[in-house]
Amino acid sequence: MAKNNLLPSGLPRIESMEMRGIVKRFPGVLANDHVDFDVKAGEIHALLGENGAGKSTLMKILYGLYQPNAGEILLNGQPIHIHSPADSIRYGIGMIHQHFMLVDSLTVAENVALGLKSSREPRLDLDRVTTRIRELSKNYGLQVDPDAYVSQLAVGQQQRVEIIKALYRGAALLVLDEPTAVLTPQEVDDLFAILRQMAQDGHALIFISHKLHEILDLTDRVTVLRDGKVIGTRLTAEVTKEDLARMMVGRDILLERVRPPATVGEVRLKLDRVTAVNDDGAPVLRNVSLEVRSSEIVGVAGVSGNGQRQLAEVIAGLWPVTEGRIFLEGREVTNLPPAEMLEAGLSYIPEERMHDGALKEFSVAENLILQDHIREPYSKGIFLDFRHIARHAQEMIRKFDIKTPSQETPLKNLSGGNIQKLILARELARKPRVLIAAQPTRGVDIGATEYIHNQLLQQRAEGLATLLISEDLDEIRALSDRIIVMFGGEIMGIVDNDQTTVEELGLMMAGEKKDLQSLGVAR
Amino acid sequence: MSGELSVLAIIVGIAHSGLRLATPYLYAAIGEMFAQRSGVLNLGVEGIMLMGAYSGFFVTFKTGNLLLGLLAAATVGALMGLAMAFVSVTLQAQQGISGIGLFMFGLGASSLLFKTTLGTVEGVEGFPELRFCLSSLGLNSNYCLSQIPILGEIFLRHNILVYGAFALVPIAWWVLNKTTWGLSIRAVGQNPQAADSLGVSVARVRYVTVTLGGMLAGIAGASLSISLLNIFQENMTNGQGFIAVALVYFGSWAPLGVLAGAMLFSLVNALQLWVQVLGLNIPSDVAVMLPYLLTIITLAFPFRRALQPAALTKPFERGES
Repeated sequence: MAKNNLLPSGLPRIESMEMRGIVKRFPGVLANDHVDFDVKAGEIHALLGENGAGKSTLMKILYGLYQPNAGEILLNGQPIHIHSPADSIRYGIGMIHQHFMLVDSLTVAENVALGLKSSREPRLDLDRVTTRIRELSKNYGLQVDPDAYVSQLAVGQQQRVEIIKALYRGAALLVLDEPTAVLTPQEVDDLFAILRQMAQDGHALIFISHKLHEILDLTDRVTVLRDGKVIGTRLTAEVTKEDLARMMVGRDILLERVRPPATVGEVRLKLDRVTAVNDDGAPVLRNVSLEVRSSEIVGVAGVSGNGQRQLAEVIAGLWPVTEGRIFLEGREVTNLPPAEMLEAGLSYIPEERMHDGALKEFSVAENLILQDHIREPYSKGIFLDFRHIARHAQEMIRKFDIKTPSQETPLKNLSGGNIQKLILARELARKPRVLIAAQPTRGVDIGATEYIHNQLLQQRAEGLATLLISEDLDEIRALSDRIIVMFGGEIMGIVDNDQTTVEELGLMMAGEKKDLQSLGVAR
Repeated sequence: MSGELSVLAIIVGIAHSGLRLATPYLYAAIGEMFAQRSGVLNLGVEGIMLMGAYSGFFVTFKTGNLLLGLLAAATVGALMGLAMAFVSVTLQAQQGISGIGLFMFGLGASSLLFKTTLGTVEGVEGFPELRFCLSSLGLNSNYCLSQIPILGEIFLRHNILVYGAFALVPIAWWVLNKTTWGLSIRAVGQNPQAADSLGVSVARVRYVTVTLGGMLAGIAGASLSISLLNIFQENMTNGQGFIAVALVYFGSWAPLGVLAGAMLFSLVNALQLWVQVLGLNIPSDVAVMLPYLLTIITLAFPFRRALQPAALTKPFERGES
């Protein structure tokens, strides 16, 4: 591809971008504290940090979504002011947001054309847009049908549309915010090939991630943020995973989980050909059969939106089963209301913890007794026993290392990691027989993740049967004894964690069914 | 008159009035459709129509100039739409309540103005029916196309505002689906964050659609006071503005759907008028209730909710997602 020195807006193409002394304050939080960051054409620069470290804030400033309280942005050495996304697009900056910025009800071509001048105003020129999309698709291997509606596309394809949108606008600097979170391992490889080619073509790329192996694999330089400050910028070739983890967390961190051998016991949870449908009557779970035994963690892997949420909710009694049966410790519990599922020994850590798992206006102590507040010892008759509730809260805060100013603090003032620890504490305090843990560490800092993982392994040693649903394949691999892969509401295969490979799992995540024999084993 | 002939005459009469009566629905509902497609629910249509009806009538009454009257109605409507846009886009107020506020304002202000400036119900000469006479083409004939049996009688005996209302349907479809502006409107109503991230000004799109919607609602009001009824009286819209809002839902936010809904309702209205004319033994209140009942029934179908613009009634704030 010929290198053009001017952008479509007539401005010079980006050779270097530098952010100097960026400060951004939100009420009560210093999100960016004098951050310096730069990237050059032809380079892939990683921005690494935990949730809340300030990565997204910094990039939103670069894209004109936030205005900084102090600091400056320089393009090719010249200071510029970015007041809105329109400005940043003009300067040649493109952004692939973590939550895709696509309009579902429009076609790919319409999404690309949105906000652009047409060659025959006021009429749309979708035919020309379609031709250009085909060219870009071919040049970068970004396969996508310009006439398809976005709502019909798989997540991986939607991401390609996002990249095409940016390239179409002549983006010379591309920011990718956690682009691999929704992809299968093979799709990640494809994406990396595309990104490397773009860098070779002279694009400057900023790659935001918290997956260390991806950063080591892809990038040229890496800048680590912690608590809004830059901890350091290094050449990727000169650092190790452990170095990066230490910079990110501020202490040594155990990256590998030790999963000691355990002897599995009796079957505690059994699903027998369970089928469920959505409001439109379309199946969201098809013929799902699985077993989870005592002292076993069974991981459910898959790309987001392939029936994992419904699987968790079906077991928790929150989503009706249309066909098939569910057994808890041999007793049929199909379509029992949630309260009776809890009674039967089930605990559930929901995926949307602030929405389904806790009440953010309620205090820590109150959140710790949800579900059990009507029972002894937390209530006597129609009255709550506040002394006992307080004692229970103190015990849980200590035992589960929940960092909170007090037990009366409203939950919303806690960090994501501590809220998740609280939910875990509440669910485990009920001494469950079966635990459904959906995305237990999503958006949780590394320290809390380490703690939650260790708790899950500890409970496994004590006999708990756990169904772990996660989109993070690393988490699944670290904790699971067996792994179930879901695609389109179906089980693609059930494999032994110690005898499978990332490639095999990746193929199943993309919808390739493993031979039926392995499915038979689980029945 | 033989029995057969009068049945035909009645059918022609109903069809003709049906087209006439669809006029205010079409202006108001197409305007409201634009606002809703961009994400703003304007419940104040009824109030804007009343103000449009009053100002159109008053200016025509005082100046004798119908076009000045129409211009006044459109201007007052646009200003009220602008006010709604300011409250719902800039101030990010709850749209349902601010719309009802706008309705109450229009109802009260038009009544007050009526009492202070007119006092009694007066009449004006409204927009004349076009007859498409051959003589207007310079031909030496007295024949008019409106005399063509049935078709001419139904379709070619209306005034310019009626034809304008029907012309608005394909124009609206074209703007919405074939222009860059239409694409921006559709995107802003569905996913304003995405539109904003591509440099589309969500606020500007919404200001324009809501103001345009107000202007069309003003014209809808004028179509009652200086084209269909040629009088002004208090609360003369009698709920038609609210039906227009319902028609947008009924028509699944598409111009053709709105047209179908408007025709259905206006034909029921026309039928009801004829039922009264013919003195049939059906309480006229039942016929008046019918369109409202129809609205409730159609809105209960869940598949319509899937077609609703996802950002409808939601104020936009940059950086939130």
